[in-house]
Amino acid sequence: MSVTVGKPVTVRHLTKTFPHGARSLIALKDVSLEVGAGEFVCVVGASGCGKSTLLNILAGLDQPTDGQVRVEGRVALMFQEAALLPWLTTSGNVELALELRGVQGSERRDMAYELLSRLHLQGFERRLPHELSGGMKHRVALARALAQDADVLLMDEPFASLDAITRDLLHDELVRLWTSTSLTVVFVTHNPREAVRLGDRVVVFTSRPGRIAHELRIELPRPRNLDSPEIAVIAARITDRLKEEMRASVG
Amino acid sequence: MSVDIAVAQLAEVNGTTRPLLNVWAWLWPKLAAIALALFAWQVVVWSGWKPDYVLPGPMPVLQRLGQDLTQPDFFVGVAATLRRALAGYVIAVVIGSAVGVLVARITVLREAVGSAVLGFQSMPSIAWLPLAILLFQQSEAAILFVVILGAAPAVASGLLSGIDHVQPLLIRVGHVMGARGLGLYRHVILPAALPGFVGGLKQGWAFAWRSLMAGELIVIVAHQPSLGQQLQFARDLADAQQMLALMIMIFAIGVLIDGIFGAMDKAIRRRWGLLA
Repeated sequence: MSVTVGKPVTVRHLTKTFPHGARSLIALKDVSLEVGAGEFVCVVGASGCGKSTLLNILAGLDQPTDGQVRVEGRVALMFQEAALLPWLTTSGNVELALELRGVQGSERRDMAYELLSRLHLQGFERRLPHELSGGMKHRVALARALAQDADVLLMDEPFASLDAITRDLLHDELVRLWTSTSLTVVFVTHNPREAVRLGDRVVVFTSRPGRIAHELRIELPRPRNLDSPEIAVIAARITDRLKEEMRASVG
Repeated sequence: MSVDIAVAQLAEVNGTTRPLLNVWAWLWPKLAAIALALFAWQVVVWSGWKPDYVLPGPMPVLQRLGQDLTQPDFFVGVAATLRRALAGYVIAVVIGSAVGVLVARITVLREAVGSAVLGFQSMPSIAWLPLAILLFQQSEAAILFVVILGAAPAVASGLLSGIDHVQPLLIRVGHVMGARGLGLYRHVILPAALPGFVGGLKQGWAFAWRSLMAGELIVIVAHQPSLGQQLQFARDLADAQQMLALMIMIFAIGVLIDGIFGAMDKAIRRRWGLLA
């Protein structure tokens, strides 16, 4: 347990600026963060606090301006939209992830069906994305992310566009998958209750520039219920904290 | 209860007659348009604006077309024209696609020839013909040259705009899954650009067909009684009926092939769920 291997995610003094007219916009300022193997970390902050920028950098889609970022092993990233390829079937979308990972042709179909059935999508393998409901599309996106056999799963407000009940079911699903694997998860959201319900640890971001304001460990036992008073209390504290930060940055 | 049965029966009747109704709904506006066009034509003929031997009416022309369709020679001509159309078009698609991908991928190339591709597209293909005849004399090659130069720019610019309009999110998805370079093109960008590409193919076909007719009218190749050449002969012999019959044939082939591209476009949009 106490064997010190390299942490899956290590961020040290990360700063990211974007050119913005004559000046530059500071998206992230001196962010340091470590995520341990198998840990579920939620990043909470208001819109525009640089959360997505952080994930893009972790996923290698963007480069840091300053500081070090190290991510060990394979990384998968889920977006706010399901972002399925519209010309491929449900199974085709998952199979493509397998193909790009180097899985042999003959095995891909079976593995895709297996992954889809783990997400309760059996019978929908040959459907096209536009024939699926919003929740199902996100299940396929989750199956596709798992197909990448990633060590670190980055999630950028993945279920924000879904209705509350569908979202809650997907949260259950996600926690179930996470518990049954050794996956490390970094989950970005603007919803404190969602963060407290899911995370081992919640990292609160301030806005403009994005900095870590506060970190707290969530010791509540699992499975957790989104509507439980314990979650509400902690989430309310985070919300207050966020409001304070926003007032400070606006005023 | 009898009402329920009646409703059920009604639904059944509707269900069985629907395919026929669909065909009819698809067909009648087209038939009406053809009838209206023929009628307008007939009205002009009735007005006595031009003598019969210059502008014959639809009835004699359609009869003449009917006769033509029983002549083996006529089909030899149609085959010659279609063979040229196909050869020129296939080469144009290959060249146009290659240019489209290269221009999309290589920034310098885009700066250099990106607008030239559009410029070529607006160049009337018949303007290439004198050069083509100079280069290749009165030959098949001269005709193909004009067809290729007519169609390839449309294919290239269709593919280019298809690639430019790929959702950035899909490209990011490809990146996250580990697709790079050519893999990204093969698995994400090119399939995502398909709707724009089919638009370019369709426009390329229209240009190819026009260029081919221009080429065949002017470039006379021996022993190849192509449609365009027959049209030119009909004019030389002042055979107006034959001329109009050939024009109808040329129009019909163009519309038919356009219809195939329309169906392709519809199939893609259905698969993508973009059909209302």
